[in-house]
Amino acid sequence: MTTVANDRNTDLRVIGKSLPRVDAVGKLIGLTAYADDIELPGTLFCKLLRSHHPHARVLSIDTSAALAMEGVVAVITGVDLPIKYGIMPTSQDEHALENEKVRFVGDPVAAVAAVDEETALAACRVIEVVYEPLEAIESIEHALLPPTDEPIHDYAGPGNIHRMGALEFGEVDEGFAKSSFIREDVFFYEGNTHLPMEQHSAIATYVGDQLTLWSSTQNPHYVHRALSRVFDMPMGHIRVVAAPHGGGFGGKSDPFSHEMAVSKLAMITGRPVKCTLTREEVFYVHRGRHPVLMWVRTGVSQDGKILAMHFRTALDGGAYGSYGPASMLYTGALQTTTYNIPAYRFEGVRVFTNKAPCGPKRGHGTPQPRFALELHLDKIAESIGLDPVELRRRNYVKPYSRTINHLRITSCGIEEVTDQVINASRYHERKKQLGHGMGFAVSSYMCGAGLPIYWNKLPHSECIIQVNRGGVSLYCGATDIGQGSDTVLATVAAEQLGLWPTDIRIVSGDTGLTPVDLGSYSSRVTFMAGNAALQAAKEMRDILVEVVAEKMECSPGDVMVGEGKIGELSFEDAALLAQERLGVLTTRGSYTPPRDIGGKYKAAGVGPSPAYSYSAAVVDLNADPYSGEIRLNKVWIAHDIGRSINSLAVKGQVEGGVYMGLSEAMMEGQLYRNGLHKQPSMLDYKSFTFLEMPEVETFLVDTVDLEGPYGAKEAGQGPLLPVIPAVVSAVYDALGVWVDEVPITPDKIMRALDARAKGREGRYGPKKFPQISYPPIVKVPPFDATSSAF
Amino acid sequence: MSSIGSREILRFSVNGRSHELLVKPYATLLEVLREDLRLTGTKHGCEAGECGACVVLVDGTPQLSCLVLPGQVEGSEITTIEGVSDGGTLHPVQQALMDHGALQCGYCTPGMVLSSKALLDSNPTPSREEIKEALSGNLCRCTGYVSIIEAVEDAGRAMA
Repeated sequence: MTTVANDRNTDLRVIGKSLPRVDAVGKLIGLTAYADDIELPGTLFCKLLRSHHPHARVLSIDTSAALAMEGVVAVITGVDLPIKYGIMPTSQDEHALENEKVRFVGDPVAAVAAVDEETALAACRVIEVVYEPLEAIESIEHALLPPTDEPIHDYAGPGNIHRMGALEFGEVDEGFAKSSFIREDVFFYEGNTHLPMEQHSAIATYVGDQLTLWSSTQNPHYVHRALSRVFDMPMGHIRVVAAPHGGGFGGKSDPFSHEMAVSKLAMITGRPVKCTLTREEVFYVHRGRHPVLMWVRTGVSQDGKILAMHFRTALDGGAYGSYGPASMLYTGALQTTTYNIPAYRFEGVRVFTNKAPCGPKRGHGTPQPRFALELHLDKIAESIGLDPVELRRRNYVKPYSRTINHLRITSCGIEEVTDQVINASRYHERKKQLGHGMGFAVSSYMCGAGLPIYWNKLPHSECIIQVNRGGVSLYCGATDIGQGSDTVLATVAAEQLGLWPTDIRIVSGDTGLTPVDLGSYSSRVTFMAGNAALQAAKEMRDILVEVVAEKMECSPGDVMVGEGKIGELSFEDAALLAQERLGVLTTRGSYTPPRDIGGKYKAAGVGPSPAYSYSAAVVDLNADPYSGEIRLNKVWIAHDIGRSINSLAVKGQVEGGVYMGLSEAMMEGQLYRNGLHKQPSMLDYKSFTFLEMPEVETFLVDTVDLEGPYGAKEAGQGPLLPVIPAVVSAVYDALGVWVDEVPITPDKIMRALDARAKGREGRYGPKKFPQISYPPIVKVPPFDATSSAF
Repeated sequence: MSSIGSREILRFSVNGRSHELLVKPYATLLEVLREDLRLTGTKHGCEAGECGACVVLVDGTPQLSCLVLPGQVEGSEITTIEGVSDGGTLHPVQQALMDHGALQCGYCTPGMVLSSKALLDSNPTPSREEIKEALSGNLCRCTGYVSIIEAVEDAGRAMA
């Protein structure tokens, strides 16, 4: 790992260092209790009965045989949980248990609580459900046709259309008219799933009108809200605790049926109730990457400047709304944060199908268009005889600028990350050789969504720091899902208080004990919770320094903080002295993104962020012209991190992003046949092992963002994005054929080679984009610069 | 194994301590460890031998505990993650994983520690290819594996 520092602030003691995570030891010795490791006295075990029809009316459910079984304590159906919920205000379309209609194989219809899992499972098997099957919709094309039976949902529409959007910025027709070269391409990105190592699990208690739920969730804040809605219960009577988390990647961001079911069963039985999903169920719960069909048309000037772009997407949303309205808009939002596009038109649609519901996976809605856009630019570069890196450089956004869709760009290391990977990989010095290739791509990602998921004016993140009995506790709603957010918060506080990160006790992700943080999604925690922690820690430092200055009879400016000391006193003595004088010490910090970071038009809520990270990748591989097999040699990845809070943790996030990008580029696909998931197991759903993973060389570029905590930006999602197009680009470099579809597998490469051998275009991918009746284009007026600094 | 009713008596040793347990004959070693002995450090990711989260050592050999039945470990010595560190001192594999940032969510970590320990116990200076081969049954979705390989190399040097 190489860190490229643009700033010489060497006064920092712990910020930016390669330190172990604060929660490492518990995880290493097997002591950390994940949700399924929690067992309370008298716990009952819950299993869900799930539909085996992709689309059917539920005519009747008979639970009497299950209830009569020895060891069964309670059985519930949709009648017991009639209120719908959903993560977004516009997608309140899920029942915890469906009792009118099922919409995918795996949709839950009943839940059993029994003395053990085996009994609960046996009871599920004797519940009699009578279904009336309906026509099942499995593809985007099918969903665009008028339904034969009935639409999957009774809202949205027409037919199975969930959401549409059509926006234009600048003069697109004029831009195309002025262009000296115009190109159109069609791409398809197959959906895939998060595959967290930990299966979802939740355990609930209901004691004295107080419901407590421990769950492997990324977003306790939103689960808390959904429980309050479903049970029509005051929020003050519900506590949601994010248990130590075994991997999310977006897959544990929605409120889920099993969370509702264990809560309800705990209320009915008065006993703790736990539900842990099987691996097969995790595939059905899904909420993963949307399959997206894409069409893009771009016009460029003679010297390769983009003059106009028109981008169309069609998303296969699966059975429910989930984050879908946002997912759809994200397929059009961030094209502009890497390239200066003076005229941009976006049309998107999300359809319902009878498959497991899609949602957010690492990069939420942006890996698909990024894959399409980067390859499209490669093809334009080749068409006009320009080096693909040079074409991109001619169009890069500038730091401190405003995109055509009104997004505020601040710190931006896109040039630097490009330099790092291009130079280190000697990309331009590679020799043309059949079977060996290199591919390059760039990307950008948000440091947190600018707006919350539902409209409210609460801070996006708050922290409380308490100094008590000589020690420090930091309370924050942020949820450590493995990305290291507890370590980030501890490090930020430790830097201010002159301590070591492991000196700070972190209490996080608990709606009963910690102030609001919206959750671990959209790469928001370092930037937002980090800023809240910084504010709280600075205030605490000021209090301690003042008390010590008084004792030392000097001015606060002369009190040095560091190495576990506040002035002449140890931290502990200073803290006790301050508590003697002032009582228990608490300070708070909060963060809400600035208001002028995005536009004011309808749909402007998707895309704005207080800062954007930038990543660039070069992939080096061998692709066999006789088998289509790919062997990865090396990946160079450079990431504009702003500044690392913990460079070891950032390196881990970057390498993990590269890995996940490679694995989904080459292997992963959530595939169905006749409504059934084709591979709902870890053996059949292929992902990279140690053996496939190549060497990775990481470069961290410090751009020191002016608003990030200590200048920090995100690392969790951005580095995945350029990897996928870079793989496909490298295969083209090696073999001269395009595979315009992800995952890129040997059979697709061979079909592209076969097509070329038969005199056709050396390409595999979708042939055309369907005719879609998008709504009339909304022409958005230019950004009103008078309301913003830039 | 002798039995009482539908249950079998399992006599084995876990982390140096002898146990005599009444278990279902079809219970997996994973279930016995997690549910009967409450040693929840051993994780489950698939219950089908696909992910490696449940790896324990059976007489020093890494085994997928979700695929092992009680009858197969009668009289054996089992090492779980709870038995790897020496009191408050981390095993060199654990220390190296920590120092290299080679764990994130930590859910695969117990299995990764035990597979790595078994490798280094038999081959303290493995090549990168040998490390990859030995750990190829342990999936990790967080780290990208790179830092784990570096950590195991370091741990081998520390143990040598």
